[in-house]
Amino acid sequence: MYSFEPSDEQKMLIDAVSRYATSDLRKAAHDAEENKELPPKLISKGWELGVLQASIPEAYSGFGERSALTGALAAEELAYGDLAGALAVGTPGLFALSVLLAGSEEQKKQYLPPIIEADWKPYTAALIEPAFDFDPNELKTTAKAEGSDYILTGEKTFVPFADKAEAMIVYARLKKETKAFIVPKGAAGLKVGEEREKLMGLNAVPFFKVTLDGVKVPKGNLLPGDFAPVLDASRVAVAAMAIGVAKAAFGYSRDYAKDRDVFGVKVAQKQAIAFMLAEMATEIEAIRLLVWEAAWAIDNKKEDASQRAYLAVTGASDMAMMVTDRAVQILGGHGYIREHPVELWMRNGRGFATFTGLAMV
Amino acid sequence: MIDFEIPEKIAGTRLVVETVAVNMMRPVSRYFDEHEHEIPWDYINFMHTATRAMGGSSMVPSEKKEGPRFGFQRLAVMVEMLSWGDAGIYLCTPGGMLGSAAVSATGTPEQKERFLKRFRGETPVFDAMCMTESQCGSDTSAIRATAVLDKEKKEWVLNGEKIFVTAGHKAMLDSEGFIVVWVTIDPAAGRAGMRPLVVEAKTPGCQVTKMEHKLGIRASDTVSIVLQDCRVPFDNILGSPEVVTTDKATTGFKGAMATFDATRPIVAAQAIGLARATLELLKEMLAERGVTIRYGLPRQKLTSVEKDVIEMEIQLRSAWWLVLKAVWMMDNGKPNSLESSMSKVRAGDVVNRITQKAVEIMGPLGYSREYLLEKWFRDAKISDIYEGTGQINRLVVARQILGYRSSELR
Repeated sequence: MYSFEPSDEQKMLIDAVSRYATSDLRKAAHDAEENKELPPKLISKGWELGVLQASIPEAYSGFGERSALTGALAAEELAYGDLAGALAVGTPGLFALSVLLAGSEEQKKQYLPPIIEADWKPYTAALIEPAFDFDPNELKTTAKAEGSDYILTGEKTFVPFADKAEAMIVYARLKKETKAFIVPKGAAGLKVGEEREKLMGLNAVPFFKVTLDGVKVPKGNLLPGDFAPVLDASRVAVAAMAIGVAKAAFGYSRDYAKDRDVFGVKVAQKQAIAFMLAEMATEIEAIRLLVWEAAWAIDNKKEDASQRAYLAVTGASDMAMMVTDRAVQILGGHGYIREHPVELWMRNGRGFATFTGLAMV
Repeated sequence: MIDFEIPEKIAGTRLVVETVAVNMMRPVSRYFDEHEHEIPWDYINFMHTATRAMGGSSMVPSEKKEGPRFGFQRLAVMVEMLSWGDAGIYLCTPGGMLGSAAVSATGTPEQKERFLKRFRGETPVFDAMCMTESQCGSDTSAIRATAVLDKEKKEWVLNGEKIFVTAGHKAMLDSEGFIVVWVTIDPAAGRAGMRPLVVEAKTPGCQVTKMEHKLGIRASDTVSIVLQDCRVPFDNILGSPEVVTTDKATTGFKGAMATFDATRPIVAAQAIGLARATLELLKEMLAERGVTIRYGLPRQKLTSVEKDVIEMEIQLRSAWWLVLKAVWMMDNGKPNSLESSMSKVRAGDVVNRITQKAVEIMGPLGYSREYLLEKWFRDAKISDIYEGTGQINRLVVARQILGYRSSELR
């Protein structure tokens, strides 16, 4: 039966996450980007909201059940505060949810409790590769079986917190499939770039290149499950975050337009601007429902869930670019100045076509 | 609890309607496009019989106080499917449509009974809504048609001309239907004086004067109606006969707007059905020529055609959910003025982009009248015009998100 209203439980979670996003993340966002650092306390506070913990079953020390939809709702709120903060808080989830979705029972019991029970710790994952035609289903990083081990070779980029990671999931091509491998800290042949990567946005998150020069991991480190559910989960999470960023940009530019005078009226009283805002709001609402549908399709194990997730992230990435670009335009010259947040949102907005793999819910 | 599953009851209806669309609409789509002003009676009689057999009298949901309400969701799903069959023929569906929507939104229980019971009779009956005049379309507060009360005879005397009345011919000449005419009962009062009045078929002084020739939806008649000292009973007025201007109580105008909240998502649903038909046919035609869409690939690896089709799919699907959200809110008694207009903005855009792109992609085949793509391209345009143009709906959305009154955002 159609319904477009979150459950009471989801509303409670949204409220809690939203308070943190608006009063903590948003306030810290500007300085974090400029100083290239998120205060560790801020990340811990976000971790304590328990978004990840609530999606891990009790058997593995969590206190809930995974729902892509609940995760999407939370991701949207977090990114509304700040995308860099949202990604940083969620980085351990890249590792934990991959294990939950593709790991064996034994692996879940071994790896999940230490992550879930502890404070925020840098567990991470490496999916993206430095190539213009990067395709998560046709990775250039390879895995080859050799005796009781797998040998991983290749190059990864955009790996958050790789320098301090306790362990990371590395995605590599095994035969013709993308598979996940657990690579422990300090594995021989694992090289984390010496310098942080320099990106157009997200400078508050430490990203690194990671080179795998014949890294040897035992066969037990292969997550046996399919990659598709992992990819779907990430696509929906990234799409949900695009909604959050777009909502932030829309709200800020709407308020600015209502406040700023021009030719004796407010900027927002000009149809040229009012119509831009109307289209932004319509686009956000439409794509938001598309993202929710994809998350719902995952939760309800619909056959076409993967296709839905793909459409959601593609649509959300276009929508975020359109909305953030217009937000800057509405602020005019002020939009171009880094004192206002819209230029950062525009930089982030362009990234959603690239960010699959950096978030999971 | 968020849920995207179609309710079982509606899914059943949808299946039935699909059979009608496939068997009774598609085969005659081209014929009625090329024979403008001919009436698709086979479809009409079938729909009338089928609706009666199911115990209904019209497509407009009846009010039910208890239990979950699905009426507008079901209507949106049905309209989407009928329009997938043929957007013009769908507009010939007998039973209550826009006129009944106005009666439902603003009439008293007695009026509802008196005007709507005719749809339960043996023969198909139509209704229509008369809003537009030659000097005003979207600016409905500028309406000049008048109704003056004859206190002695307790009758309203109507004068004026209405144009672009969808299905007016069928409502007034081909059946014992009625039209809902928007008039002013106090020209000095502006919006506060606006009222809808019901004029029944065969009322002296009410004449259908012209049938338009259109770009698309040619199966549906669009007429002009002239009212010349046309007398209707006092009780045919929908809403209060008093004009109250002191407290800005513009009930008449609000009645029109309340009707739009209900009808705009339905017109949007019509756009979606047409867009879906187009996208499905396009994908079929491409597949026959060896082009399949590779979902899941990074965009850098997609062909231009694949990118177009994927984008069309995103637009279509997201627009459809906006429509469903708007009608779901309607069914649940939530104020949906914003969502209703949003759904119309989006659907109007999407159906035009999709039909235009489909003709472009198929090249000569798209432009040829051998296929329906060119017809659908022509049929699509009306969705961005009637029941509020895309621009008017943007204005409605803008005022709502900005918290502006109409005087603050003109």
